[in-house]
Amino acid sequence: MFIILFALLAGGTALLSQFGHHWPFDPNLTNLEQKLLPPSSQHWLGTDNLGRDVLSRMLHGASISLTVGLIAVFVSLAIGMVVGALAGYFGGITDQVLMRSVDALLCFPTFFLMLTAVALLGPSLINIVVVIGLVSWTGTARLVRGEFLTLREAEYVKSARVLGQNAWTIITRHILPNAAAPILVTAVLGIPEAILSEAGLSFLGFGVQPPQATWGNIIADGKTYLLDAWWLILFPGLAILIASLSFFLAGDALREAAESRG
Amino acid sequence: MTSFLIRRLALSVVLLFIISIISFFIVTMTPGSPYPWGELNPKISAEVKANFRKKFHLDRPLHEQYTLMMKDLFTGDLRSIKDDRPVMGKIMERLPATLALNITAILISLSFGTLLGVYAARHAGRWQDMAGSFVAFLFIALPGFWVSYLVAIVLVKGFGVPILGTRSYGIVFPSGFAAGLDTLWHLLIPASILAIGGIASQSRYLRATMIGTLREDYIRTARAKGLAEETVLYKHALRNSIRPLVTGIGMLLPALISGSVIIESIFAYPGMGRLFYEAVLERDYPTIVALNFIGAALILLGNLLSDLLYAAVDPRVRLE
Repeated sequence: MFIILFALLAGGTALLSQFGHHWPFDPNLTNLEQKLLPPSSQHWLGTDNLGRDVLSRMLHGASISLTVGLIAVFVSLAIGMVVGALAGYFGGITDQVLMRSVDALLCFPTFFLMLTAVALLGPSLINIVVVIGLVSWTGTARLVRGEFLTLREAEYVKSARVLGQNAWTIITRHILPNAAAPILVTAVLGIPEAILSEAGLSFLGFGVQPPQATWGNIIADGKTYLLDAWWLILFPGLAILIASLSFFLAGDALREAAESRG
Repeated sequence: MTSFLIRRLALSVVLLFIISIISFFIVTMTPGSPYPWGELNPKISAEVKANFRKKFHLDRPLHEQYTLMMKDLFTGDLRSIKDDRPVMGKIMERLPATLALNITAILISLSFGTLLGVYAARHAGRWQDMAGSFVAFLFIALPGFWVSYLVAIVLVKGFGVPILGTRSYGIVFPSGFAAGLDTLWHLLIPASILAIGGIASQSRYLRATMIGTLREDYIRTARAKGLAEETVLYKHALRNSIRPLVTGIGMLLPALISGSVIIESIFAYPGMGRLFYEAVLERDYPTIVALNFIGAALILLGNLLSDLLYAAVDPRVRLE
């Protein structure tokens, strides 16, 4: 529900701004006479220290958060599926090498790793998405490997092998479609994690850079006015919370559906 | 047992080696330089630059830089590029604060996670269970920095209570006990916020095993004996469902150590996380690599401890 609403709002405002319209205001329009105003009928969620409308900035931030979430998960799925499939299908030394690297990555303090990479590469949307994707594929890889270990022994996979089909066909045509449900679930559950990571990076100043608004950097900018302008902290945080919560709940519902079916 | 320990230690050494290589290359292969001056600053003579490079081995090829850095790390000679102090000294003065923060956070996650998990399992399938699951997901979805600021607004603005640092400044305490309470307070606030995610994940693990345990025959027997429900839940069922909690500690650690970067920065808490943030801001390569290394070593140590604990709480588990 909320996910659809957010996607619609974010998509709608992004589309509107493409045509030079802004709803309700231009997110980057500064007006120093109207700075740090509390929520009112004109500025529903108040204004920030430069007099920019918080609601407009949050709507634009929504498109960033959703983009980061979706693309980062896509990156991590791609890597995780390849690694997991190779390890699970071929087993033996391939499995050992790949899974030991997964173990090594798992004992990295993930956020240290992300912060190091993003800070040194320079914070941009592409770098953030790629880095989040690159550090978060280990869970997917383990899951896919587990599925492959079971499905590898299934009758239809054996018969495909006897029929002389090559590994690529067996992996993509026979095994992957049958492992789709749990993979989809991890993907959906990965989106909010990516959103939260991006918010954390933005908050520390290593996220998508101003003037582009993100939920994290509205809070980061607002923290200077912490005790005077609570609306700069409360609303963007609520947006992060609701967006990630809805993805978590959706993922959990999918998981239950997949489990009860399987 | 001994062979298990030896194999685990050997594996840890291999993992730490991989980790040190990854973090070293992330740090050195990225664009930008660690010099404390602008690349084209005309006031810095070539000689000064050359001396600086020589001192921090930046004039050597990468693989030599790596070996020298690792050698320095183990002999304690590794120096921070920023203030020329030994990196290990800087880390060691921050380590106790971070350990205190993380251990407190683990204790909080375990105790509240257990309560929430048992509550959800006890009412499995009913609305209380749904509510418990919702709370767990809510906790996972809460951004820690946001909660910190809300807490700060409420406590500082509403009650005028100081929360930054490890103790209140400008207050003379009547006794050591009061000062101790003050330090505890400054530890509890960030630790509770750090623990939020852990409470959620621990309660989910516990709920899942506990539901299985509650179906066992000995639970029915215990209930049939007329034991109080609390006794059945916390004595009979919990003891047999505790294993995922123990493994959970190992899995919590990376998240906690990562989470302390943000929480420590907000609460001006003098721990490793804030040191790391400062090092990243200043491109202090030796400190970044050393902190990644120590962080990973802590996680490996935590994993090992949780495996040992696992065998301790469950006599059926043999470590081989």
